[in-house]
Amino acid sequence: MPEIRNYTINFGPQHPAAHGVLRLILEMDGEVVQRADPHIGLLHRATEKLAESKPYNQSIPYMDRLDYVSMMCNEHGYVLALEKMLGIEPPLRAQYIRVMFDEITRILNHLMWLGTHALDIGAMTLFLYCFREREDLMDMYEAVSGARMHAAYYRPGGVYRDLPERMPQFRPTKYTNARETAALNEARQGGLLDFIEDFTDRFPGLIDEYETLLTDNRIWKQRTVGIAAVSPERALQLGFTGPMLRGSGVEWDLRKKQPYEVYDQLDFDIPVGVNGDCYDRYLVRVEEMRQSNRIIRQCVEWLRQNPGPVMLDNHKLTPPRRVDMKQDMESLIHHFKLFTEGYVLPEGEVYSAIEHPKGEFGVYLVSDGANKPYRLKVRAPGFAHLSAMDEMTHGHMLADVVAVIGTMDIVFGEIDR
Amino acid sequence: MSEYYQKMATRARERFQDQLQTAHVEHGQLTLTLSSPTHLLSVCAALHDEDDFRCEQLIDVCGVDYLEYGNGSWQGPRFGVVYQLLSVSLNHRVRVRVLVDGEPPVVDSVIAIWRSADWFEREAFDLFGILFEGHPDLRRILTDYGFIGHPFRKDFPLTGNVEMRYDEAKQRVVYEPVSIEPRVNQPRVIRHDHRYEGLGADEEKFDA
Repeated sequence: MPEIRNYTINFGPQHPAAHGVLRLILEMDGEVVQRADPHIGLLHRATEKLAESKPYNQSIPYMDRLDYVSMMCNEHGYVLALEKMLGIEPPLRAQYIRVMFDEITRILNHLMWLGTHALDIGAMTLFLYCFREREDLMDMYEAVSGARMHAAYYRPGGVYRDLPERMPQFRPTKYTNARETAALNEARQGGLLDFIEDFTDRFPGLIDEYETLLTDNRIWKQRTVGIAAVSPERALQLGFTGPMLRGSGVEWDLRKKQPYEVYDQLDFDIPVGVNGDCYDRYLVRVEEMRQSNRIIRQCVEWLRQNPGPVMLDNHKLTPPRRVDMKQDMESLIHHFKLFTEGYVLPEGEVYSAIEHPKGEFGVYLVSDGANKPYRLKVRAPGFAHLSAMDEMTHGHMLADVVAVIGTMDIVFGEIDR
Repeated sequence: MSEYYQKMATRARERFQDQLQTAHVEHGQLTLTLSSPTHLLSVCAALHDEDDFRCEQLIDVCGVDYLEYGNGSWQGPRFGVVYQLLSVSLNHRVRVRVLVDGEPPVVDSVIAIWRSADWFEREAFDLFGILFEGHPDLRRILTDYGFIGHPFRKDFPLTGNVEMRYDEAKQRVVYEPVSIEPRVNQPRVIRHDHRYEGLGADEEKFDA
């Protein structure tokens, strides 16, 4: 009888299915995983420590780079913490814009997740479909903030500027002639809201397209049904939030349960899974995209009818208008003070949480009354999810590890921080 | 919401008596500060099990180093560990704060109550050097293999102590003392002027 020993293999950090820089040490018994030990921290940039050395507003761009596929949602969590501490509330229009972009971000994130998750399990086509739509969403980001990804658009007291009246246009290049360019620009003739509305008209049909490819697909089901099933009790114990928790059948969504901004005035449903396996989490996320689409439509309608300010008029906290600075000494002083020293927050601590596409994104802020945070702690949903890796993969095959990584929707920017 | 938490603070004070130093509501959030780290496990177990609280989820564990708090005006133990709890069934949040001193600071691990404490406690250990007694696998998590020091402590420089590069001659990565000069672009100031009056930040402050 030959001696049978467990075999240890190293997975990542340069493995394409590791979604970034995950290093996994897997202890195998044949092809069955006995123990999984994720080694993280390869992307650790000490964001929280860096934030301690900067005035509050200068840390907003760092937040974009935490979870770099759902940029504006990270900003939202941080900005909400600041606003809670200052006791201010942004104008209603700014709140609608934020909610709209949160939902755009949710679709952006879920498309990225769906594409890569499917690619990991072997469905190449979907990856291309998802990235095609992501392109439109990133154009919305670009139109409003000037950046396709790292927007730095949300500010304490509102958003950086109002929605543009005109979408940026494509120009002919040596690869696209005038006719092709005109086709590309067709949806971009109006303002940003028209462009977004056009997208929301098309998008439900596109989700149907993805679902045609996956939902009843035999291979997809073989790879996801019954894989890494988590009971509701375990999901709570393991600190799951967001789609991971809802996939296990716990009806918990901060947008409904602890509403922030204007979510309590919008109409949408919360999808909940039954079995808590990878397939249910897939269904939950796909349905979430449909619901996000619904929310965006409502926001577009409201924003069309209600013009108004998008930033508070309190220049101790928000920059004054450029035009005013040419004439008005006080505006110039405000501008100078705001961009050199910043503002101070009252002494105290606050925890603010939002329903990030991946789960609960929380920001715990301790202030000692200075113009910089004393301690900033980012609660990343992926961190808690990845810590359950060992439990979720135990007893599964090596190939299922990839499915589990995919279903967690992990992004290392936020886990390593 | 604030009223609800006021009532809860009263309930917590009655239930935990002198195990609590303070129970106060700020910005509509309840913070329980323990009088000593020895009470951590009993308070947490009660918060998890009892019908009044039912905090099924541990959302976050955060280490805090109060060394330079208020430009050094902090009285009391140097380190704090802050637990953010969430009750899904009752829809409320509780923050538990425990202050510890000593080198190394030691608190009990709550991993037996909430499994999710595992990595959060490893992180607090890695970044602040806080030891969690009873944690089965207290290893570094975010910093490099073989890292020295606890980088989020206030006496750890922002630039770090060592930098690394690939050495062509030695054919391996070498570590050297940092060559960057630390600099401060915007000084840290604490102001008590009247610029922010009327913003409503102080409205809900209430101490007990």
